[in-house]
Amino acid sequence: MQVNRSSLSLDQAPPISVPFRFFLTAPVFGLLAALLLLIYGPEALSTRWAPATLALTHLITLGFLGLIMCGAMMQMLPVLAGSPVPSVEWVTAVVHLLLSIGVLALAAGFLLGANALLHLALAALGGGFLVFIAAVAIALKRIQAPNATINGMRLAVLALFITVMLGLTVGAGFSGMISLGLLIPLTDVHLGWGLLGWVGLLVISVAYQVVPMFQLTPEYPARLTRLLAWALFGALMIWAPLYLAWGSGGLPRLAPDVWMLAPAAAYGLFAGVTLWLQQNRRRRVSDITLLFWRTGMVAIAVCLLIWLWGLIPAEAYRPAWPLLLGVWLLFGMAVSVVNGMLYKIVPFLAWFHLQSRQVALMSMGKVKVPNMKELIPDRLAQRQLYAHLATLILLTLAVFWPGFLARIAGLSLGVSCILLLLNMLQATRRYRQVNQELSEFAASR
Amino acid sequence: MSNITDTMSADHHRCDDIFSEAEALISKGDWEQGGPKYKEFQEAMEKHFAMEEEVLFPTFEQRTGQTMGPTQVMRMEHSQMRQLFAEMAESVEQRDQEKYLGQSETLLMVMQQHNAKEEQILYHMADQVLSGEVSEVLERMEAV
Ligand code: HEM
Repeated sequence: MQVNRSSLSLDQAPPISVPFRFFLTAPVFGLLAALLLLIYGPEALSTRWAPATLALTHLITLGFLGLIMCGAMMQMLPVLAGSPVPSVEWVTAVVHLLLSIGVLALAAGFLLGANALLHLALAALGGGFLVFIAAVAIALKRIQAPNATINGMRLAVLALFITVMLGLTVGAGFSGMISLGLLIPLTDVHLGWGLLGWVGLLVISVAYQVVPMFQLTPEYPARLTRLLAWALFGALMIWAPLYLAWGSGGLPRLAPDVWMLAPAAAYGLFAGVTLWLQQNRRRRVSDITLLFWRTGMVAIAVCLLIWLWGLIPAEAYRPAWPLLLGVWLLFGMAVSVVNGMLYKIVPFLAWFHLQSRQVALMSMGKVKVPNMKELIPDRLAQRQLYAHLATLILLTLAVFWPGFLARIAGLSLGVSCILLLLNMLQATRRYRQVNQELSEFAASR
Repeated sequence: MSNITDTMSADHHRCDDIFSEAEALISKGDWEQGGPKYKEFQEAMEKHFAMEEEVLFPTFEQRTGQTMGPTQVMRMEHSQMRQLFAEMAESVEQRDQEKYLGQSETLLMVMQQHNAKEEQILYHMADQVLSGEVSEVLERMEAV
């Protein structure tokens, strides 16, 4: 019998600097997005095509979400599936550097209308993502008995690849490198794959593991976990050509819109099931990550309502509609879940690495390893949750009253990102302190 | 419940339930009931560990000839959890709610990842390797 020993191994976790580098940089990009909103104010929330809006979107999708999701995947693959990412430290250094440069150049390129910066961004982002995708694909391919989470991750990474290819294409069109007839519909297909593919599928795959685990909920129904990610991926594969056919005048708008009902309903189902599982959890105490997740799931329902509203033809042409949908997809769904996950992953990893070292040194009783809530106290995490919720409400209102509220929403986003950064730094600082104590103990023997 | 996977997974489930009762009581500051509940939890876990360490793992190791394989990793994680039990017992002793809740949060993460590995991999392997003698092994485990 083939005994898959590797999948039980604990010490395949990469060095703590691998995920932490991404987790500590991401809030800084969130902060830059907040600064943009503070500086540009209403201009950033007037139409989705404003340069400031495009810059802000990518500071969040690439700088905040993208970095955290990449870092978390490199951490999780060896732990969840016993399949480490090859040359993980080298890959981390390259991916982190290229993506960071790329996001900054892309945002600056949009803002200044500087094509040279946009070209730099395309090279850096294209390179960074290709290295990430290749490395992760190798790890994903090696897994022999993939479960629903791994299958979902495979599809998410494929969706990322498609998103990046489309991003590079619209980027080249946007900066005049190539002439592109279908820039606007291609942009929509790009963001469809980015948000409903890459982000949504990763959230779903991770949910299968962590929702039952954190809160002792029942498992997701097996039929759902087997089919959902495939169904969504397939639905996007069909939606994209329908949408482009509409864009080039070959089909009425109704065709892609009616088709979109399928993935919309699938996401609604996922959110509903998740909320139901959480309602039926066996762990009775609540926690911050649970509240972030619930916010994210409720946001999916809100997105569905906004999307249905947009099916009324006259409404879809109001500039507020896509902005509102964007606010709830990005800040409501994606940022909530990803941000909430950090409050489990970061303190757990810090504890785990310290505890393992403590055991290796046999220094139990000599050096105390702080528990998860000593690494990030609930009170501090809760404060950031409130700032995040305030931001969500303010951004929603600012879509309707940008002149009055855009800058206030920017301020709120800034506060939320600063609090998140401080919380991450707090855990890092405690980790360093205790790690230092362990080193001193080792030296003193 | 005639196989290892079902029997032992159900026991995980039972321990989880006691865990969350203890956590809920202590988070309300009810040490009168929470303290004994915690004790009940720790005993349930120790019994579960003993069934594995004294019967299941050694038998599995004998049949597969692997002593440094997955069972060794499981033993390491048991000792990781035992360290947390010791800390939690101390917090119960001192009625330190904040400490207890931080430790129980940490324990839950370790325990759930550990259980998932056993339920998804190790128990299935054991059921296959021990196919003919499963019920006899289960009897010996009960007797621990
Ligand atoms: C290599 C990476 C990427 C590049 C080069 C890129 C490039 C672009 C460009 C040039 C546009 C605007 C096109 C236009 O104005 O016609 C755009 C729009 C958009 N992209 Fe990306 N993108 C990338 C990755 C992503 C990812 C990973 C996501 C989501 C997870 C994403 C989400 C969006 C969204 C939501 C919009 C619409 C913004 C708006 O309407 O204001 N992008 N992208």
